[in-house]
Amino acid sequence: MNGLEAVLLTIITASTPLLLAAVGELVTERSGVLNLGVEGMMIMGAVTGFAAAHTTGSAAVGVAAAIATGVAMALLFAFLTQTLAANQMATGLALTLFGIGLSGLIGQSFTGLPGVKLGAVYLPWLSDLPLVGPVLFAQDVLVYASVAITAAVAWMFKRTRSGLVIRAVGSNHHSAHALGYDVAGVRYRCIAFGGACAGLAGAYLSLVYTPQWIENMAAGRGWIALALVVFATWSPNRVAVGAYLFGTVWIMGLYAQAIGVAIAPQFLASLPYLVTIAALLAISGNRTLTKVNTPACIGQTFVPDR
Amino acid sequence: MRLVLEKRPERNRWMQVASPLLAVTLTVLFGCILFAVRGIDPLHAIYVYFIGPLTTLWSIEELIVKATPLVLIGAGLAICFRADLWNIGAEGQLIAGALAGGSIPILAPHWDSSLAIPAMLLLGMLGGMAWAAVPALLRNRFGANEILTSLMLVYVAQYLLDWLVRGPWRDPQGFNFPKSISFNDWHLLATFGDGRVHLGAVFALVVAAVLAVFMARTLKGFEIRARGEAPRASTFGGFSVPGTTWLCFGISGALAGLAGICEVAGPVGQLQPTISPGYGFTAIIVAFLGRLNPLGALFGGLVLAVCYLGGEAAQVELSISEKTAQVFQGVLLFLILACDTLVRCRVRLERGTQGSSSGQGAAPPLGIEDAGSRAASEGAAR
Amino acid sequence: MENTDDGAAGHLLEAEEIVKRFGDFTANDRVSLRLRPGEIHALLGENGAGKSTLVKIIYGSLQPTAGRLRWHGEAVTVPSPAAARALGIGMVFQHFSLFDALTVVENIALAVPGRFDREALAGRVARVSEEYGLPLDPTALVADLPVGVRQRIEVVRCLLQEPCLLIMDEPTAVLTPQEARQLFVTLRRLADEGCAVLYISHRLEEVRELCHRATILRHGRVVAQVDPGAETAGSLARLMVGADVQSVCVAAREPSGVAALTVTRLSLPAAGAFGVPLRNLSLEVRGGEVTAVAGVAGNGQSELFEVLSGERPAPTPESVTIAGEPCGSRDITERRRLGAAFVPEERLGHSAVPGFGLGENVLLTRHASGDGLVRTGFINGGRTRALAARVTKRFDVRFSRQDQEANALSGGNLQKFVVGRELDRKPRILVINQPTWGVDAGAAALIRQALVDRAREGAAVLVISQDLDEIFEIADRIAVISRGVLSDTFAADGIDRERIGMLMAGAHEASPGPARDPRT
Repeated sequence: MNGLEAVLLTIITASTPLLLAAVGELVTERSGVLNLGVEGMMIMGAVTGFAAAHTTGSAAVGVAAAIATGVAMALLFAFLTQTLAANQMATGLALTLFGIGLSGLIGQSFTGLPGVKLGAVYLPWLSDLPLVGPVLFAQDVLVYASVAITAAVAWMFKRTRSGLVIRAVGSNHHSAHALGYDVAGVRYRCIAFGGACAGLAGAYLSLVYTPQWIENMAAGRGWIALALVVFATWSPNRVAVGAYLFGTVWIMGLYAQAIGVAIAPQFLASLPYLVTIAALLAISGNRTLTKVNTPACIGQTFVPDR
Repeated sequence: MRLVLEKRPERNRWMQVASPLLAVTLTVLFGCILFAVRGIDPLHAIYVYFIGPLTTLWSIEELIVKATPLVLIGAGLAICFRADLWNIGAEGQLIAGALAGGSIPILAPHWDSSLAIPAMLLLGMLGGMAWAAVPALLRNRFGANEILTSLMLVYVAQYLLDWLVRGPWRDPQGFNFPKSISFNDWHLLATFGDGRVHLGAVFALVVAAVLAVFMARTLKGFEIRARGEAPRASTFGGFSVPGTTWLCFGISGALAGLAGICEVAGPVGQLQPTISPGYGFTAIIVAFLGRLNPLGALFGGLVLAVCYLGGEAAQVELSISEKTAQVFQGVLLFLILACDTLVRCRVRLERGTQGSSSGQGAAPPLGIEDAGSRAASEGAAR
Repeated sequence: MENTDDGAAGHLLEAEEIVKRFGDFTANDRVSLRLRPGEIHALLGENGAGKSTLVKIIYGSLQPTAGRLRWHGEAVTVPSPAAARALGIGMVFQHFSLFDALTVVENIALAVPGRFDREALAGRVARVSEEYGLPLDPTALVADLPVGVRQRIEVVRCLLQEPCLLIMDEPTAVLTPQEARQLFVTLRRLADEGCAVLYISHRLEEVRELCHRATILRHGRVVAQVDPGAETAGSLARLMVGADVQSVCVAAREPSGVAALTVTRLSLPAAGAFGVPLRNLSLEVRGGEVTAVAGVAGNGQSELFEVLSGERPAPTPESVTIAGEPCGSRDITERRRLGAAFVPEERLGHSAVPGFGLGENVLLTRHASGDGLVRTGFINGGRTRALAARVTKRFDVRFSRQDQEANALSGGNLQKFVVGRELDRKPRILVINQPTWGVDAGAAALIRQALVDRAREGAAVLVISQDLDEIFEIADRIAVISRGVLSDTFAADGIDRERIGMLMAGAHEASPGPARDPRT
């Protein structure tokens, strides 16, 4: 493996959890719901994924557990915001605080234990290609899944009735309700999908990225995923581009340290967060990109009138 | 069977007081179940957790020490959230305040003057304010989402603190530990009792009282409340949107900064990589438990301080992880939000609605007369 | 055309003894209604009389508490709008059920069952819209379309499903008189083809012209079923209100005063993605008279209001003057101090803070108008409440509890309150957007009278309204706004509805904008 390959591989590993979490949140937000609990769902996915994989010895079980946990957390959020009409911002924060706390509690007995690494799947023939082979076609299943999910989501919004209904509900919940669509039901499903993706992202962290449990290992990735969705102006394709850009920034910091750049490591470590702010600024100024895609109802509570 | 919400024509005043108490009660119940599941006598555990901290003078003092930063920050956040501004970076503002205020004892350790403490407090508030001014500026100037920017700055502040205590501000005689010098006595806040409760507790009381009057009785407070309830109406009233944003972020940032400098010039006594066990985040719960009322933050701060202390006690006496405290905090916030629904709505269970199998379009009723025209006015606003 | 009332057979829809309760409130109290195929049936009543509730029950959005529906003589339940559409019931909503961010064909697809195939559906849309003379561009974004065209989307969406019953909720409120006539042609044609139309409107003259029968609701009950052609507008109104409706008494006009509010060559870019830009507006409002700006909703009225009030700054200070002072860059508080007062269109959330009591809502616009409500930053609660009490007394605002929250007031009472709050100041200039929109007839009459009286006391009153009846009732001079362009101002007695309708459709737009469809 040469140096370039190694760099590209690490970029993909750093980008995949961001992409998974962001594409899930994108679907949630397109339906008009802002779920600030991505970080909490992700970290819970990480800990349960690790725990299940460690206990059963099967990474697949770990992935399934992480998805289930993400969905369960998301349904809790959905119950509060959709059924009880609680404030979405506050509930999302609660979900994150709760997830960080509970993951710490669950993870305590798993700290320092060896993990189970999700194996790579070598695509026949393709993985033998020079450079692109090992980088693109010898990845673990979650990397393929992240790309497949993103493509499926893009296709869904472009081509299918479900995608159309989700956009309609996020664009104007009063109209959607008047036409007979079950606004809360659509949102429940989108929130659950977002939770599943965040859980997968968590599983990626604890089963691939660093196959062990480290407290708080999400390290703000959930929040960066939220920023990515804004940065991508709710477009699945741009989310993919953004996730890989951010993954690159994340890795650049590590490489700069490794090759001994004379900058304090703390500065390099805070780079992703500063870049996130810069990205938010860059996109906030651009009104044409946001015109059609911004879900008009995002964050608003909907209780149907008579 | 399904849950149906009916908006109340007006907020239920009784529930406004009852809902936080109900939330706390339900959290304790949740705790019982959690302990029982883990094979611990729930009543004993609840006693250790929630009553024990209130039984000795030592623990009550400790309670006040822990509640002090929570109340200071929570009261400021209550104001922000009231204005529908989501400053969730108080933890970063706390660190910024600690750094700015702590610069005096570290850079001028021999400046023994009656002005030193006021200068530290002032710098602390300015530091927190400056850190909070960034999201306010970015929101006012570029329309950037303040939730994300304020949160990102928490990480930046943590790394900045880390760099300072490992680099330029490290104690040269500190055996390479990542710590600043210990502050000299003249750079520490006055204390009461046996020396742990400090001046910050007085600040917390004063701040909660002053802010409560500010919100209820002054035009600026009115402006903030109007902004949160109905932003267009507040603009129509002549209040500037950027102005309110600056004001709220300024106040909450300054108070988080004050909490930060009080921590390092109080219980901590120096700068180190970790100066707060997440007070800035816990204060979000404090603000909500206090129903976004600065006086309520006093109550909220004490409840969450009990939660912290109980967690420590339970670790010692019952060997339950202190992480349980964080779980309780999260559950508490969920329950507060769920109980708040009772203030705005009546909740009832409805048995199978007529003929509606899919549930599609079967609209739950809304018990207010003007609902139709309100929905219509929203339609017309397009 | 057949139009007899007898015989149980042959009814398309029968609503029998429908009851709908919301908590303690009975919105429909044993309401019965029968529709025959080919009948255009008016549903009349004041705001809050229960019309919307009834049609929502028929359309499946709501389930009745008691009573039943028959469709072609068979008892049916309509569990959802989708089920209603499957039966052949279509509905055009008053404020539309459209999605700004979606295209025309996507909007239509949301109400048409089956697989989502853009191209095939676009073809069907093109066929139906051609057949009925309702041209539409399937790929256009709804946000970019004028209001009249948006309604066309809703109509075409219903027609695609070959409805047996079409419910139309206040369809002409957003149309020019000419567009309304075009709509009537379509509706009559549908009726001739056997489709029944349930037609809700406040405009009694058009009901008399169009409808075969009328059912009148008051306080949730059917009070009469009449042949509207045999009634007068006055007698219909009496049935709706249950008492004589007071007409506004307009005193003779003083010789016109000075221009107290002027707008000069004002242009303003659109705010946000879906706003309307203002183009080269000029207007003079003189003391002593009521000047009206007519126009279909969504043609720049809100933008004009905001730039007059100062919620949005004008590009140059001189483009807006108040009491002779250049005000373009002054904020709303400074404009109020110059003697101006403003009443926006939306009551809850713009004129008033929904969750605040009436006292605090008085404070909202009066904190700097010299009433001593605020001293050195502190609110004088006593004075604030006293002022609120004065306003509620003088303007007959009914409430159940002292200092009630604004959102617990009915639409009419809240509107009387926010108008009263401003008139109580005796403003020299008053700008009011849609003064009686969605309020009951009694409150509307009181508000209109108060506006005229204030003008006759010497104030310059600018009324922005889409209600031509209202404009002709109270205005001395009339200008028309269309797509952000304002026409010349005409004396009210020198212009007729026909001409105003042409202007509402954009006859005065000098600049060659996008080509307009000649049929609108």
